Amino acid sequence: MNGRLVLSVVAAAVALALPLVLPLFQVTLLVNILIFAVVAVGLVLLTGIVGLTSFGQAAFMGVSAYTTALLTTQAGWNPWLALPAGLALTGLVAWLLGLLTLRMQGHYLPLATIAWGMSLYYVFGNTPALGGFTGLTNIPPLAAFGMNLTSPRAFAYLALLALGLTALGAQFLLSSRTGRAMRALRSGPLVAEAFGVNAFRLRVQVFVLAALMAGLAGWLYAHSQRFVNPTPFSLQAGIEYLFMAVVGGSGYVWGALLGSGLITGLREWLRGVLPELLGAQGNFEVIVFGVLVILTLQFARRGLWPLLERVLPQAPLRLLPERNRLPARQKPVPGTPLLTVEHAVKQFGGLRAVNDVSFELRAGEILGLIGPNGAGKSTLFNLVTGVNPATSGRVTFMGRDITRLTAGQIHRLGLSRTFQHVHLLPELSLLENAMMGGYARGRAGLLASLLHLERREEAALQHEALRQLERVGLEEQAHILAGNLPLGQQRVLEVARALVADPALLLLDEPAAGLRYGEKGELAALLRRLRDEGVTVLLVEHDMDLVMGLVDRLVVMNYGEKLAEGTPSEIRAHPAVREAYLGADVSGEEVA
Amino acid sequence: MDIFDPAIFPVLAADGLTNGAVYALLALALVLVFAVTRVVFIPQGELVVFGTLTLAALQLGRVPGTLWLLLGLLALAAVLEAATQVRRGQAGRGLLTLAGAAGVGGVVWALTTWAAPLGWPLWAQALLTLALVTPLGPLLYRTVYQPLRDATVLVLLIASVALHLALTGLALVFFGPEGSRTPPFAPGTQTLGQVTLSNQSLLVILLSAGLMLGLFFFFGRTMAGKALRATAVNRLGARLVGISPASAGLLTFTLAALIGAVGGMMIGPSVALNYDSGFLIGLKGFIGAIIGGLVSYPLAAAGALLVGLIESFASFSLSAWKEVIVFTLILPVLLWRSLTTRHVPEDEE
Repeated sequence: MNGRLVLSVVAAAVALALPLVLPLFQVTLLVNILIFAVVAVGLVLLTGIVGLTSFGQAAFMGVSAYTTALLTTQAGWNPWLALPAGLALTGLVAWLLGLLTLRMQGHYLPLATIAWGMSLYYVFGNTPALGGFTGLTNIPPLAAFGMNLTSPRAFAYLALLALGLTALGAQFLLSSRTGRAMRALRSGPLVAEAFGVNAFRLRVQVFVLAALMAGLAGWLYAHSQRFVNPTPFSLQAGIEYLFMAVVGGSGYVWGALLGSGLITGLREWLRGVLPELLGAQGNFEVIVFGVLVILTLQFARRGLWPLLERVLPQAPLRLLPERNRLPARQKPVPGTPLLTVEHAVKQFGGLRAVNDVSFELRAGEILGLIGPNGAGKSTLFNLVTGVNPATSGRVTFMGRDITRLTAGQIHRLGLSRTFQHVHLLPELSLLENAMMGGYARGRAGLLASLLHLERREEAALQHEALRQLERVGLEEQAHILAGNLPLGQQRVLEVARALVADPALLLLDEPAAGLRYGEKGELAALLRRLRDEGVTVLLVEHDMDLVMGLVDRLVVMNYGEKLAEGTPSEIRAHPAVREAYLGADVSGEEVA
Repeated sequence: MDIFDPAIFPVLAADGLTNGAVYALLALALVLVFAVTRVVFIPQGELVVFGTLTLAALQLGRVPGTLWLLLGLLALAAVLEAATQVRRGQAGRGLLTLAGAAGVGGVVWALTTWAAPLGWPLWAQALLTLALVTPLGPLLYRTVYQPLRDATVLVLLIASVALHLALTGLALVFFGPEGSRTPPFAPGTQTLGQVTLSNQSLLVILLSAGLMLGLFFFFGRTMAGKALRATAVNRLGARLVGISPASAGLLTFTLAALIGAVGGMMIGPSVALNYDSGFLIGLKGFIGAIIGGLVSYPLAAAGALLVGLIESFASFSLSAWKEVIVFTLILPVLLWRSLTTRHVPEDEE
């Protein structure tokens, strides 16, 4: 048995004992901490993992709380039936808000949730049918196993169950295909989309999931308080939920509970101390909360949980038994055209970054794309990968016109890439980073991931990733964190990640940039090995030594146009290339 | 009564334009701060409230609590700055920073505590208010945002919300829960045809227009203004040509605080403000700024004027719902922006 498991069992036992041993007042506080933690778990997924945020979680709680309050008091519904109704309504509102804001940059969602939280508060307060600012009373208690959960002690077990299930689901989600895609979104959609993630859809899904968690909390809150009024669902409450996630540790599921406990406990204590200290009434605790959050952001940006995590025993990674392999892609016949670029043009305002470039890449060859700085190599790369499509012209890949397809669609056709600036998830292991490359080969969605119904597929991904790490020579380090690797090996890891996708074509974007001499040698050896294994590669590179010894053919670009095309020896002898690289007509020297 | 009644419509329109002019100033400040520092400056509204309530406190002959906030932040900023200088091995400059801050703080303290009970004329008290509120901008930048300058927009936004809450709580400590108005700078009314306008409204509209024009010249003609624009376009590029991002941030926050303080004294005579009114006022500026996509100054100003007008008409016919109407307005704006903004996946900073 490992230390982590022992600790979890002890923590669970303490949690189960607390409602029995604490005084009643503190049990009430505990119930609130647990309910608020459910909301904060949703914010962890949204803020710490995906890099979005919402100040409207309290309003989502409110939608669900008022739904159950109305349905149980006015229409006589059973509270357990009112829960799905409240969740459905909450999910619908979140889905609409997400559709409106999540196509745009990250800061529009929080601003929209501020406006939404503000509006909903006034709607609650100004609608007579909802009891106005005094609210609705006489909400029936929840009943389970033939007994009414009227005492806080009994209710605490329900709240524990709710938090336990929510946290477990969140943990399951994070250690899954969907969870890795969510983490990849935090640095922007570029990487995620390159591996076939639909960034917009996934963001909306996570936002809805976080809102549903708030909805569950709202339903619990309504039935634990037995009355609802607008105050606990105001914008300020919404802000405090975010503070819980930030102070506790927004990247960690248990940070939500830590934050909820800290903020709720602190509020209780300050409400007693501050008015006496200042000689006036009012919610002065917001001053302390504000300063606390600013200090947390300045000195421990990932929150307090990581400080605790450092001293806790870590759970060893378990490899799942492989029961079946992922289906392999039908590879194109060597020598047939794989990628064709015809008269590609990319215009940025008045600048033609790529001007009428055409070339062909055949299956089984390594084609190098070279050119001085600013020659338009990266722009060309972007229009082949679907990051920034061509203004005119045509790109064909695997017999399909891909000129207007998205990065994700092109990736699913069999194109896999690395990045000029390394884009890895530093807080995940090499294995998990490599598994990200197989995203498009798996199918499990958010729900299957949440319930861990995708273990068979996950196992296949794990073993495929291990095989590719072995192929590039990183299998020894499979379980260390990617952030601890030197740059050269991070580049190699990116190659392994791209290979996990089982690509028909591998695109390498300046793989040697920033590498030391020895690292370059190792990279070249790896690429040579891949070439001998028959991998088709398009290599965009600067470093002539690396390119010349590796590629079958070269395309040279200069000022956005194709300057020359041919074998390395033809290119070496090409006068226009020599002029572009050396600036003058020189003879008898090697192009270097 | 119908809002299009000829007796009502011009009054509501004038009201809307007056408040809208203030929102427009705030919208400009928000766009400016975001463009230069990537900070979504939620506490802009709190600076407005500090402007109004500081002047109101001086009117009552009291020492405004703003002084204590100013002195506290000044001490903190001086210690931070001095610590940085000492770490760079410039112990002498560090001492100088501390002594300078102590000197300036002493003068401000002496001046304020001496002048507050004297019942100075309104314009002199307004100047004192500006002197107390405007430095809060750069001091908040130095103590809150500058240590976070490498953070993402999201982290900066969370810091802004935290700062907003802290300032609201402090305003409650300093000024109490009661609302205050300030006297108009220009009493009396003007009659233009059938429409009667208060002189204060005219002054607000003129002053806002003048300030906007001033900003326009500042950004178009002065070196400091051009440096800010350069930073807004490309932070790294501006840095490479010798514009320090920290001083650009300090300057931007100074302008934002100045605009906030002026806005507070302009809106004070028409609306009673209390410690937590700032958020709503700031948000209305925000809706204007969002209409401008957080980048376009004229669109932001136009959007804010529109917000003022809608609010004015809504408060007449559906007063309980006016906030809901104003904030729901953001949804069609976001929809429009979402459909017109082209989505290009790029690396975020």
